[in-house]
Amino acid sequence: MTAKRIDARGLSCPQPVVLVDKAIAAGDINLEVLVDNEVAKENVSRLAQKRGLKTIYRQEGLDIVVETSKD
Amino acid sequence: MRNIFAGRIGIIVVGAVIGVIAALLQYFGNPPNMGICVACFERDIAGALGLHRADVVQYLRPEIMGFVVGAFFAAILAGEYKPRGGSSPLIRFFLGIFAMIGALVFLGCPWRALLRLAGGDGNAILGILGLAFGIFIGVLFLKNGYSLGRSYAQRKASGWIFPALMVGLFLLLIFRVSFSPNGPIFFSVKGPGSMAAPVLISLIAGLGIGALAQRSRFCTMGAFRDVMLIKDFHLISGVAALLVFAFLTNLVLGQFHPGFEKQPVAHTSFVWNFLGMTLAGLAFVLAGGCPGRQLFLSGEGDMDAAIFALGMIVGAGFAHNFAMASSPAGPAAFGPAAVIAGLIFCLVIGFTQRDRASA
Repeated sequence: MTAKRIDARGLSCPQPVVLVDKAIAAGDINLEVLVDNEVAKENVSRLAQKRGLKTIYRQEGLDIVVETSKD
Repeated sequence: MRNIFAGRIGIIVVGAVIGVIAALLQYFGNPPNMGICVACFERDIAGALGLHRADVVQYLRPEIMGFVVGAFFAAILAGEYKPRGGSSPLIRFFLGIFAMIGALVFLGCPWRALLRLAGGDGNAILGILGLAFGIFIGVLFLKNGYSLGRSYAQRKASGWIFPALMVGLFLLLIFRVSFSPNGPIFFSVKGPGSMAAPVLISLIAGLGIGALAQRSRFCTMGAFRDVMLIKDFHLISGVAALLVFAFLTNLVLGQFHPGFEKQPVAHTSFVWNFLGMTLAGLAFVLAGGCPGRQLFLSGEGDMDAAIFALGMIVGAGFAHNFAMASSPAGPAAFGPAAVIAGLIFCLVIGFTQRDRASA
Protein backbone atom coordinates (compact mmCIF):
# COMPACT_ATOMS: atom_id res chain seq x y z
CA MET A 1 0.00 0.00 0.00
CA THR A 2 1.44 3.36 -0.92
CA ALA A 3 1.71 5.94 1.76
CA LYS A 4 -0.19 9.21 1.61
CA ARG A 5 2.27 12.08 1.49
CA ILE A 6 1.64 15.26 3.47
CA ASP A 7 3.82 18.29 2.83
CA ALA A 8 3.91 20.18 6.12
CA ARG A 9 7.07 22.15 5.45
CA GLY A 10 7.07 25.75 6.55
CA LEU A 11 3.71 25.54 8.31
CA SER A 12 3.37 27.19 11.72
CA CYS A 13 2.67 25.12 14.75
CA PRO A 14 0.20 23.32 15.04
CA GLN A 15 -0.82 23.03 11.39
CA PRO A 16 1.34 19.96 10.65
CA VAL A 17 -0.36 18.20 13.56
CA VAL A 18 -3.83 19.27 12.37
CA LEU A 19 -3.16 17.90 8.88
CA VAL A 20 -1.88 14.59 10.22
CA ASP A 21 -4.75 14.25 12.69
CA LYS A 22 -7.27 14.81 9.88
CA ALA A 23 -5.57 12.21 7.72
CA ILE A 24 -5.54 9.64 10.52
CA ALA A 25 -9.18 10.38 11.30
CA ALA A 26 -9.97 9.79 7.61
CA GLY A 27 -8.44 6.34 7.86
CA ASP A 28 -5.01 7.00 6.36
CA ILE A 29 -2.61 5.10 8.55
CA ASN A 30 0.43 4.92 6.31
CA LEU A 31 1.62 8.49 6.05
CA GLU A 32 4.76 10.17 4.85
CA VAL A 33 4.87 13.54 6.54
CA LEU A 34 7.41 15.94 5.14
CA VAL A 35 8.60 18.50 7.71
CA ASP A 36 11.50 20.94 7.78
CA ASN A 37 12.14 21.35 11.48
CA GLU A 38 12.71 19.34 14.61
CA VAL A 39 9.68 20.74 16.46
CA ALA A 40 7.23 19.66 13.76
CA LYS A 41 8.88 16.22 13.72
CA GLU A 42 8.46 15.90 17.50
CA ASN A 43 4.86 17.12 17.43
CA VAL A 44 3.78 14.93 14.51
CA SER A 45 5.45 11.90 16.11
CA ARG A 46 3.84 12.54 19.48
CA LEU A 47 0.42 12.75 17.85
CA ALA A 48 0.93 9.62 15.72
CA GLN A 49 2.09 7.63 18.75
CA LYS A 50 -0.90 8.92 20.71
CA ARG A 51 -3.11 7.58 17.91
CA GLY A 52 -1.43 4.19 18.27
CA LEU A 53 0.87 4.41 15.27
CA LYS A 54 4.54 3.62 14.94
CA THR A 55 6.90 6.26 13.56
CA ILE A 56 10.23 6.11 11.79
CA TYR A 57 12.30 8.92 10.37
CA ARG A 58 14.46 9.48 7.37
CA GLN A 59 16.31 12.46 6.02
CA GLU A 60 15.35 13.74 2.59
CA GLY A 61 17.74 16.49 1.59
CA LEU A 62 17.33 19.18 4.22
CA ASP A 63 13.88 17.90 5.20
CA ILE A 64 12.76 15.14 7.51
CA VAL A 65 10.18 12.51 6.57
CA VAL A 66 8.11 11.03 9.39
CA GLU A 67 6.65 7.71 8.27
CA THR A 68 3.73 6.33 10.24
CA SER A 69 2.35 2.82 10.20
CA LYS A 70 0.45 0.30 12.28
CA ASP A 71 2.71 -2.07 14.26
CA MET B 1 21.12 13.60 19.79
CA ARG B 2 18.11 12.93 21.97
CA ASN B 3 16.48 16.06 23.32
CA ILE B 4 15.88 15.36 27.01
CA PHE B 5 13.86 18.55 27.43
CA ALA B 6 11.28 17.63 24.80
CA GLY B 7 9.86 14.76 26.89
CA ARG B 8 7.17 14.89 29.57
CA ILE B 9 9.65 15.10 32.46
CA GLY B 10 11.60 17.76 30.57
CA ILE B 11 8.67 20.09 30.08
CA ILE B 12 7.60 19.72 33.72
CA VAL B 13 11.12 20.51 34.95
CA VAL B 14 11.32 23.55 32.66
CA GLY B 15 7.92 24.83 33.83
CA ALA B 16 8.96 24.37 37.46
CA VAL B 17 12.28 26.15 36.91
CA ILE B 18 10.53 29.09 35.24
CA GLY B 19 8.04 29.30 38.12
CA VAL B 20 10.77 29.35 40.75
CA ILE B 21 12.94 31.83 38.84
CA ALA B 22 9.99 34.17 38.23
CA ALA B 23 9.07 34.25 41.92
CA LEU B 24 12.74 34.79 42.82
CA LEU B 25 13.01 37.69 40.35
CA GLN B 26 10.18 39.34 42.27
CA TYR B 27 12.10 38.73 45.47
CA PHE B 28 15.18 40.35 43.90
CA GLY B 29 13.27 43.45 42.86
CA ASN B 30 11.00 42.89 39.85
CA PRO B 31 7.43 44.21 40.33
CA PRO B 32 5.00 42.10 42.39
CA ASN B 33 3.44 39.17 40.51
CA MET B 34 5.57 40.27 37.56
CA GLY B 35 8.74 38.23 37.93
CA ILE B 36 8.45 37.64 34.23
CA CYS B 37 5.84 39.17 31.97
CA VAL B 38 6.70 39.22 28.30
CA ALA B 39 3.97 41.73 27.44
CA CYS B 40 4.75 44.06 30.35
CA PHE B 41 8.48 43.87 29.77
CA GLU B 42 8.16 44.59 26.05
CA ARG B 43 5.91 47.48 27.01
CA ASP B 44 8.63 48.73 29.38
CA ILE B 45 11.14 48.50 26.53
CA ALA B 46 8.78 50.49 24.28
CA GLY B 47 8.58 53.09 27.03
CA ALA B 48 12.33 53.26 27.53
CA LEU B 49 12.73 53.94 23.82
CA GLY B 50 10.12 56.68 23.98
CA LEU B 51 7.54 54.88 21.86
CA HIS B 52 5.15 55.79 24.65
CA ARG B 53 5.57 58.27 27.48
CA ALA B 54 3.85 56.56 30.39
CA ASP B 55 6.57 57.42 32.89
CA VAL B 56 5.82 54.57 35.30
CA VAL B 57 6.56 51.78 32.79
CA GLN B 58 9.88 52.55 31.14
CA TYR B 59 12.85 50.20 31.49
CA LEU B 60 15.03 48.12 29.18
CA ARG B 61 14.24 44.70 30.61
CA PRO B 62 17.21 42.33 30.32
CA GLU B 63 14.94 39.28 30.68
CA ILE B 64 13.55 39.87 27.18
CA MET B 65 17.01 40.20 25.68
CA GLY B 66 18.10 37.07 27.51
CA PHE B 67 15.12 35.11 26.17
CA VAL B 68 16.04 35.82 22.55
CA VAL B 69 19.80 35.46 22.89
CA GLY B 70 19.54 32.37 25.11
CA ALA B 71 17.27 30.70 22.56
CA PHE B 72 19.64 31.78 19.77
CA PHE B 73 22.63 30.02 21.33
CA ALA B 74 20.62 26.96 22.37
CA ALA B 75 19.34 26.63 18.81
CA ILE B 76 22.81 26.96 17.32
CA LEU B 77 24.25 24.35 19.68
CA ALA B 78 21.40 21.97 18.88
CA GLY B 79 21.66 22.52 15.12
CA GLU B 80 18.16 24.05 15.11
CA TYR B 81 19.13 27.57 14.08
CA LYS B 82 17.21 27.93 10.82
CA PRO B 83 16.45 31.39 9.47
CA ARG B 84 12.99 31.33 7.92
CA GLY B 85 10.25 33.79 7.10
CA GLY B 86 7.66 34.94 4.63
CA SER B 87 4.46 33.61 6.19
CA SER B 88 2.17 36.67 6.08
CA PRO B 89 4.50 39.05 7.95
CA LEU B 90 2.16 42.05 7.86
CA ILE B 91 -0.72 40.08 9.33
CA ARG B 92 1.59 38.81 12.07
CA PHE B 93 2.67 42.37 12.80
CA PHE B 94 -0.94 43.42 13.38
CA LEU B 95 -1.68 40.28 15.39
CA GLY B 96 1.23 41.36 17.59
CA ILE B 97 -0.22 44.85 17.98
CA PHE B 98 -3.65 43.56 18.99
CA ALA B 99 -2.23 40.81 21.19
CA MET B 100 -0.38 43.50 23.12
CA ILE B 101 -3.46 45.70 23.40
CA GLY B 102 -5.47 42.77 24.76
CA ALA B 103 -2.72 41.86 27.20
CA LEU B 104 -2.44 45.45 28.44
CA VAL B 105 -6.19 45.72 28.99
CA PHE B 106 -5.81 42.71 31.30
CA LEU B 107 -2.34 43.80 32.49
CA GLY B 108 -0.23 40.80 31.69
CA CYS B 109 0.70 38.09 29.22
CA PRO B 110 -0.23 34.45 29.92
CA TRP B 111 2.96 34.02 31.96
CA ARG B 112 1.99 36.89 34.20
CA ALA B 113 -1.60 35.63 34.40
CA LEU B 114 -0.16 32.46 35.93
CA LEU B 115 2.20 34.42 38.20
CA ARG B 116 -0.64 36.67 39.33
CA LEU B 117 -2.69 33.62 40.25
CA ALA B 118 0.34 32.11 41.99
CA GLY B 119 0.59 35.32 44.02
CA GLY B 120 -3.06 35.16 45.07
CA ASP B 121 -4.56 37.65 42.60
CA GLY B 122 -8.08 36.35 41.96
CA ASN B 123 -8.55 38.67 38.99
CA ALA B 124 -6.10 36.46 37.13
CA ILE B 125 -8.75 33.72 37.07
CA LEU B 126 -10.84 35.91 34.76
CA GLY B 127 -7.81 36.54 32.60
CA ILE B 128 -6.98 32.84 32.33
CA LEU B 129 -10.61 31.99 31.52
CA GLY B 130 -10.60 34.70 28.86
CA LEU B 131 -7.32 33.37 27.50
CA ALA B 132 -8.78 29.87 27.26
CA PHE B 133 -11.88 31.24 25.52
CA GLY B 134 -9.80 33.14 22.97
CA ILE B 135 -7.74 30.03 22.32
CA PHE B 136 -10.94 28.01 21.94
CA ILE B 137 -12.11 30.36 19.17
CA GLY B 138 -8.71 30.06 17.52
CA VAL B 139 -8.87 26.27 17.67
CA LEU B 140 -12.15 26.36 15.75
CA PHE B 141 -10.37 28.32 13.02
CA LEU B 142 -7.47 25.83 13.02
CA LYS B 143 -9.92 22.94 12.60
CA ASN B 144 -11.35 24.72 9.58
CA GLY B 145 -8.06 25.03 7.78
CA TYR B 146 -6.80 28.37 9.09
CA SER B 147 -3.27 29.07 7.89
CA LEU B 148 -1.05 32.07 7.32
CA GLY B 149 0.75 30.12 4.62
CA ARG B 150 4.17 28.55 4.51
CA SER B 151 7.40 30.14 5.61
CA TYR B 152 10.51 29.59 3.54
CA ALA B 153 14.13 29.12 4.41
CA GLN B 154 16.10 32.35 4.40
CA ARG B 155 19.82 32.89 4.22
CA LYS B 156 21.80 31.80 7.26
CA ALA B 157 23.06 35.34 7.61
CA SER B 158 19.61 36.88 8.15
CA GLY B 159 18.45 35.24 11.38
CA TRP B 160 20.89 37.15 13.57
CA ILE B 161 19.17 40.52 13.12
CA PHE B 162 16.62 40.20 15.91
CA PRO B 163 19.11 38.72 18.40
CA ALA B 164 21.49 41.55 17.46
CA LEU B 165 18.76 44.11 18.17
CA MET B 166 18.48 42.60 21.64
CA VAL B 167 22.24 42.89 22.17
CA GLY B 168 21.98 46.53 21.07
CA LEU B 169 19.22 47.17 23.60
CA PHE B 170 21.35 45.57 26.28
CA LEU B 171 24.24 47.90 25.45
CA LEU B 172 21.86 50.87 25.74
CA LEU B 173 20.88 49.57 29.17
CA ILE B 174 24.48 49.19 30.32
CA PHE B 175 25.66 52.54 29.06
CA ARG B 176 22.41 54.40 29.84
CA VAL B 177 22.84 56.63 26.82
CA SER B 178 20.88 59.88 26.91
CA PHE B 179 20.03 60.95 23.37
CA SER B 180 18.75 64.42 24.26
CA PRO B 181 17.95 66.41 27.40
CA ASN B 182 14.74 64.96 28.86
CA GLY B 183 14.78 62.49 26.00
CA PRO B 184 15.31 58.78 25.66
CA ILE B 185 16.51 56.44 26.94
CA PHE B 186 13.83 56.77 29.64
CA PHE B 187 14.08 54.95 32.95
CA SER B 188 11.13 55.11 35.33
CA VAL B 189 11.87 56.58 38.74
CA LYS B 190 8.52 55.45 40.16
CA GLY B 191 5.96 52.72 39.46
CA PRO B 192 6.54 49.20 38.15
CA GLY B 193 9.12 50.42 35.61
CA SER B 194 11.37 51.50 38.48
CA MET B 195 11.25 48.06 40.10
CA ALA B 196 13.83 45.67 38.76
CA ALA B 197 16.10 42.89 39.87
CA PRO B 198 19.83 43.60 39.40
CA VAL B 199 20.73 43.60 35.71
CA LEU B 200 23.07 40.62 35.91
CA ILE B 201 20.50 38.46 37.71
CA SER B 202 17.79 39.40 35.22
CA LEU B 203 20.05 38.72 32.27
CA ILE B 204 21.23 35.33 33.52
CA ALA B 205 17.64 34.34 34.34
CA GLY B 206 16.58 35.40 30.85
CA LEU B 207 19.40 33.55 29.11
CA GLY B 208 18.74 30.37 31.11
CA ILE B 209 15.00 30.43 30.50
CA GLY B 210 15.55 31.28 26.83
CA ALA B 211 17.77 28.25 26.37
CA LEU B 212 15.52 25.88 28.35
CA ALA B 213 12.37 27.07 26.61
CA GLN B 214 13.95 26.71 23.17
CA ARG B 215 14.86 23.11 23.94
CA SER B 216 11.53 22.22 25.56
CA ARG B 217 9.22 24.24 23.23
CA PHE B 218 7.51 25.71 26.30
CA CYS B 219 4.40 27.65 25.23
CA THR B 220 1.51 28.74 27.42
CA MET B 221 -0.89 29.25 24.52
CA GLY B 222 0.08 25.95 22.93
CA ALA B 223 -0.63 24.27 26.26
CA PHE B 224 -4.32 25.18 26.22
CA ARG B 225 -4.59 24.79 22.45
CA ASP B 226 -3.22 21.24 22.42
CA VAL B 227 -5.66 20.16 25.12
CA MET B 228 -8.60 21.50 23.12
CA LEU B 229 -7.35 20.51 19.68
CA ILE B 230 -5.91 17.02 20.17
CA LYS B 231 -6.38 16.31 23.89
CA ASP B 232 -2.62 16.42 24.34
CA PHE B 233 -1.55 17.28 27.89
CA HIS B 234 2.18 17.57 27.21
CA LEU B 235 2.62 21.35 27.25
CA ILE B 236 -0.03 22.00 29.87
CA SER B 237 1.88 19.84 32.32
CA GLY B 238 4.70 22.39 32.03
CA VAL B 239 2.29 25.27 32.55
CA ALA B 240 0.82 23.55 35.60
CA ALA B 241 4.34 23.07 36.98
CA LEU B 242 5.04 26.78 36.50
CA LEU B 243 1.91 27.70 38.42
CA VAL B 244 2.51 25.24 41.28
CA PHE B 245 6.19 26.05 41.73
CA ALA B 246 5.68 29.81 41.53
CA PHE B 247 2.95 29.42 44.17
CA LEU B 248 5.17 27.33 46.46
CA THR B 249 8.08 29.75 46.06
CA ASN B 250 5.75 32.66 46.81
CA LEU B 251 4.61 30.90 50.00
CA VAL B 252 8.20 30.43 51.11
CA LEU B 253 9.12 34.04 50.32
CA GLY B 254 5.96 35.52 51.84
CA GLN B 255 4.76 36.76 48.45
CA PHE B 256 1.31 35.11 48.51
CA HIS B 257 -1.54 37.55 49.24
CA PRO B 258 -4.93 36.16 48.22
CA GLY B 259 -7.78 38.47 47.20
CA PHE B 260 -9.29 40.53 44.41
CA GLU B 261 -8.97 44.11 45.66
CA LYS B 262 -5.73 46.08 45.70
CA GLN B 263 -3.69 43.46 43.89
CA PRO B 264 -0.42 44.81 42.48
CA VAL B 265 -0.52 46.15 38.91
CA ALA B 266 -4.04 44.78 38.40
CA HIS B 267 -7.62 45.98 38.23
CA THR B 268 -10.90 44.34 39.17
CA SER B 269 -13.01 44.72 36.02
CA PHE B 270 -14.10 41.12 35.47
CA VAL B 271 -15.45 41.82 31.99
CA TRP B 272 -12.34 43.52 30.62
CA ASN B 273 -9.92 41.18 32.33
CA PHE B 274 -11.76 38.40 30.54
CA LEU B 275 -12.18 40.04 27.13
CA GLY B 276 -8.69 41.54 27.08
CA MET B 277 -7.21 38.09 27.39
CA THR B 278 -9.77 36.64 24.96
CA LEU B 279 -8.32 38.99 22.35
CA ALA B 280 -4.75 38.14 23.34
CA GLY B 281 -5.41 34.38 23.32
CA LEU B 282 -7.06 34.47 19.90
CA ALA B 283 -4.20 36.54 18.45
CA PHE B 284 -1.65 34.12 19.92
CA VAL B 285 -3.32 31.11 18.30
CA LEU B 286 -3.57 32.85 14.94
CA ALA B 287 0.14 33.72 15.18
CA GLY B 288 1.18 30.29 16.46
CA GLY B 289 2.60 31.05 19.88
CA CYS B 290 2.40 32.94 23.16
CA PRO B 291 4.59 36.06 23.49
CA GLY B 292 7.36 34.10 25.18
CA ARG B 293 7.35 31.40 22.53
CA GLN B 294 7.49 34.06 19.81
CA LEU B 295 10.69 35.39 21.37
CA PHE B 296 12.25 31.92 21.54
CA LEU B 297 11.29 31.28 17.92
CA SER B 298 12.82 34.63 16.95
CA GLY B 299 16.04 33.45 18.54
CA GLU B 300 15.96 30.31 16.38
CA GLY B 301 15.81 32.49 13.30
CA ASP B 302 12.04 32.63 12.78
CA MET B 303 11.65 36.10 11.31
CA ASP B 304 7.86 35.87 11.26
CA ALA B 305 7.92 35.44 15.02
CA ALA B 306 10.29 38.41 15.26
CA ILE B 307 7.78 40.50 13.30
CA PHE B 308 5.08 39.49 15.79
CA ALA B 309 7.34 40.51 18.68
CA LEU B 310 8.04 43.87 17.04
CA GLY B 311 4.28 44.26 16.55
CA MET B 312 3.85 43.75 20.28
CA ILE B 313 6.44 46.43 21.09
CA VAL B 314 4.80 48.89 18.67
CA GLY B 315 1.37 47.87 20.01
CA ALA B 316 2.52 48.80 23.50
CA GLY B 317 3.33 52.27 22.20
CA PHE B 318 -0.15 52.61 20.74
CA ALA B 319 -1.78 51.14 23.82
CA HIS B 320 -0.32 53.80 26.11
CA ASN B 321 -0.36 56.74 23.70
CA PHE B 322 -4.02 56.21 22.81
CA ALA B 323 -5.41 55.48 26.29
CA MET B 324 -6.05 51.79 25.67
CA ALA B 325 -3.83 50.22 28.34
CA SER B 326 -5.48 49.67 31.70
CA SER B 327 -4.14 50.98 35.01
CA PRO B 328 -4.80 49.73 38.55
CA ALA B 329 -7.78 52.14 38.50
CA GLY B 330 -9.39 50.03 35.75
CA PRO B 331 -9.74 49.95 31.97
CA ALA B 332 -8.73 53.15 30.17
CA ALA B 333 -11.08 55.28 28.06
CA PHE B 334 -10.37 53.53 24.77
CA GLY B 335 -9.45 50.07 26.07
CA PRO B 336 -12.85 48.44 25.55
CA ALA B 337 -13.22 49.85 22.02
CA ALA B 338 -9.72 48.69 21.15
CA VAL B 339 -10.47 45.17 22.39
CA ILE B 340 -13.60 45.02 20.25
CA ALA B 341 -11.72 46.34 17.21
CA GLY B 342 -9.01 43.75 17.82
CA LEU B 343 -11.53 40.92 18.14
CA ILE B 344 -13.12 41.95 14.84
CA PHE B 345 -9.69 42.06 13.18
CA CYS B 346 -8.81 38.60 14.48
CA LEU B 347 -12.16 37.14 13.41
CA VAL B 348 -11.73 38.55 9.91
CA ILE B 349 -8.24 37.07 9.72
CA GLY B 350 -9.52 33.75 11.05
CA PHE B 351 -12.30 33.54 8.49
CA THR B 352 -10.33 34.77 5.50
CA GLN B 353 -6.91 33.17 5.91
CA ARG B 354 -7.56 29.59 4.91
CA ASP B 355 -5.49 27.12 3.03
CA ARG B 356 -7.88 25.25 0.77
CA ALA B 357 -5.35 22.55 0.04
CA SER B 358 -4.93 21.75 3.71
CA ALA B 359 -8.57 22.15 4.78
